[in-house]
Amino acid sequence: MKLDSMYREVILDHYKNPHGRGLRDGDAEVHHVNPTCGDEITLRVKYDGTTIQDVSYEGQGCSISQASASVLNELLVGKELSEGQKIQETFLELVQSKGRIEPDDAMEEVLEDAVAFAGVSKYPARVKCALLSWMAWKDATAQALGGADAERKTA
Amino acid sequence: MTQLPGLLDTEALRKDFPILDRQVHDGQKLVYLDNAATSQKPRQVLDALSGYYERYNANVHRGVHVLAEEATALYEGARDKVAAFINAPSRDEVIFTKNASESLNLVANMLGWADEPYRVDHETEIVITEMEHHSNIVPWQLLAQRTGAKLKWFGLTDDGRLDLSNIDEIITEKTKIVSFVLVSNILGTVNPVEAIVRRAQEVGALVCIDASQAAPHMPMDVQALQADFVAFTGHKMCGPTGIGVLWGRQELLEDLPPFLGGGEMIETVSMHSSTYAPAPHKFEAGTPPIAQAVGLGAAIDYLSAIGMDKILAHEHALTEYAVKKLGEVPDLRIIGPTTAEDRGAAISFTLGDIHPHDVGQVLDEQGIAVRVGHHCARPVCLRYGIPATTRASFYLYSTPAEIDALVDGLEHVRNFFG
Repeated sequence: MKLDSMYREVILDHYKNPHGRGLRDGDAEVHHVNPTCGDEITLRVKYDGTTIQDVSYEGQGCSISQASASVLNELLVGKELSEGQKIQETFLELVQSKGRIEPDDAMEEVLEDAVAFAGVSKYPARVKCALLSWMAWKDATAQALGGADAERKTA
Repeated sequence: MTQLPGLLDTEALRKDFPILDRQVHDGQKLVYLDNAATSQKPRQVLDALSGYYERYNANVHRGVHVLAEEATALYEGARDKVAAFINAPSRDEVIFTKNASESLNLVANMLGWADEPYRVDHETEIVITEMEHHSNIVPWQLLAQRTGAKLKWFGLTDDGRLDLSNIDEIITEKTKIVSFVLVSNILGTVNPVEAIVRRAQEVGALVCIDASQAAPHMPMDVQALQADFVAFTGHKMCGPTGIGVLWGRQELLEDLPPFLGGGEMIETVSMHSSTYAPAPHKFEAGTPPIAQAVGLGAAIDYLSAIGMDKILAHEHALTEYAVKKLGEVPDLRIIGPTTAEDRGAAISFTLGDIHPHDVGQVLDEQGIAVRVGHHCARPVCLRYGIPATTRASFYLYSTPAEIDALVDGLEHVRNFFG
């Protein structure tokens, strides 16, 4: 069944047993919504220099949006910011590919469990669900590190 | 096959709707249960649209050539059909808009720019309800913000009805306009018009009714409703998109100012000032949706030939059946009235803690089209403490077999996420 290409076992596992759920101390907090379906996420990031110390979140939504946040937490916590950005960009590329990208080994190495979201890219209405937490993370990161960025720009 | 008293001959009717024969997802028969979002269109309407463009296309109310005159006659003929369909006292009370949202925005803007006694300002109040579609919330929020008027609303009871217990405190001497939905698009509730209109009339407030989910499904009589404005849209009643209706009482339309300015709505124009055409043209600036109006006229002919009372009876029988069958699905909670009494054919529900988006996706895989989300009525979801609902909504061509397919489909959803 085509549906199984989206609802991969690994996604349903993350949905039922989410990683790192719950809000913890952070440097910045954002709240993002998907207005078409009512998915919501509140997400906090905590940085130690440029190391992603924690990504904590609370939200409600469909299995895709919730599993995606769980995978994000599993993948990004403990990584360097530059590595996290690379993972985020690769994830975006895959999920927005409209089913045209078949993940290769190199991509699997970057994305790990997140390659399971390849199937979501064939369902345009669900792409936003998969991206909700990743866009929230990007936004929160910009806010958390924005001060430092701004200083660099004016320097 | 399940036979219920009051059903239409759907086998014959469905032949008029080519799309209902479609298969989706490699051979699944389409089960279209998203009629509250938009209805499908019968061949008669599709033919009217293409026939208009093939034979009559011209701009209206200008030009003396044959096509211009024929196009004008068709466009104005559609207005006659709408007027008869809603029992309007005069055809000049029927304004064509692009959809119900535009109709409601038009009322809000007429009142915002009006002189006394209609003017909405910082000393006055606007009343809506918590079960409105966003299109009957946001225009009033905008008007309230721009004028300083106070926006008030009726809350909801636990069983999905308007809470009118404090009606005398909500609608007061300060109320200028009460705008509410006749049939809720998310709860399915049919609201008690008479009680609200009576109170509004006591305090001299105008009444605007959003009939978007009513006009397609039941006989409409604007005189019996005793409202001042009634708004609805064509695409939910077998017509094309891009055509809506605002009916308004004639003396109001004469007194109230125009909103959009442009061609068509004027009498004379100089560089200093203009005078306006009489209603309804005063409110129809620019080239109108001509083909769409013609298509709506054809839809009205189609529905009227079947009979709105028969369509109402058909949907009522389906709703009774659906409420009963859905009630037997484990973990299913209907959001809205749980009986078919004073209830339209849109049924929202939650299924355990499975998110509606996931419910809709797995149903879609089986060819079943439903709507998921907050249905442009987010305050209702907040009121009942749910993020979203799944909504099945029926129309004249819907069948008990499609409800059975939905119930079977939901069983599959439960197994999938179980």
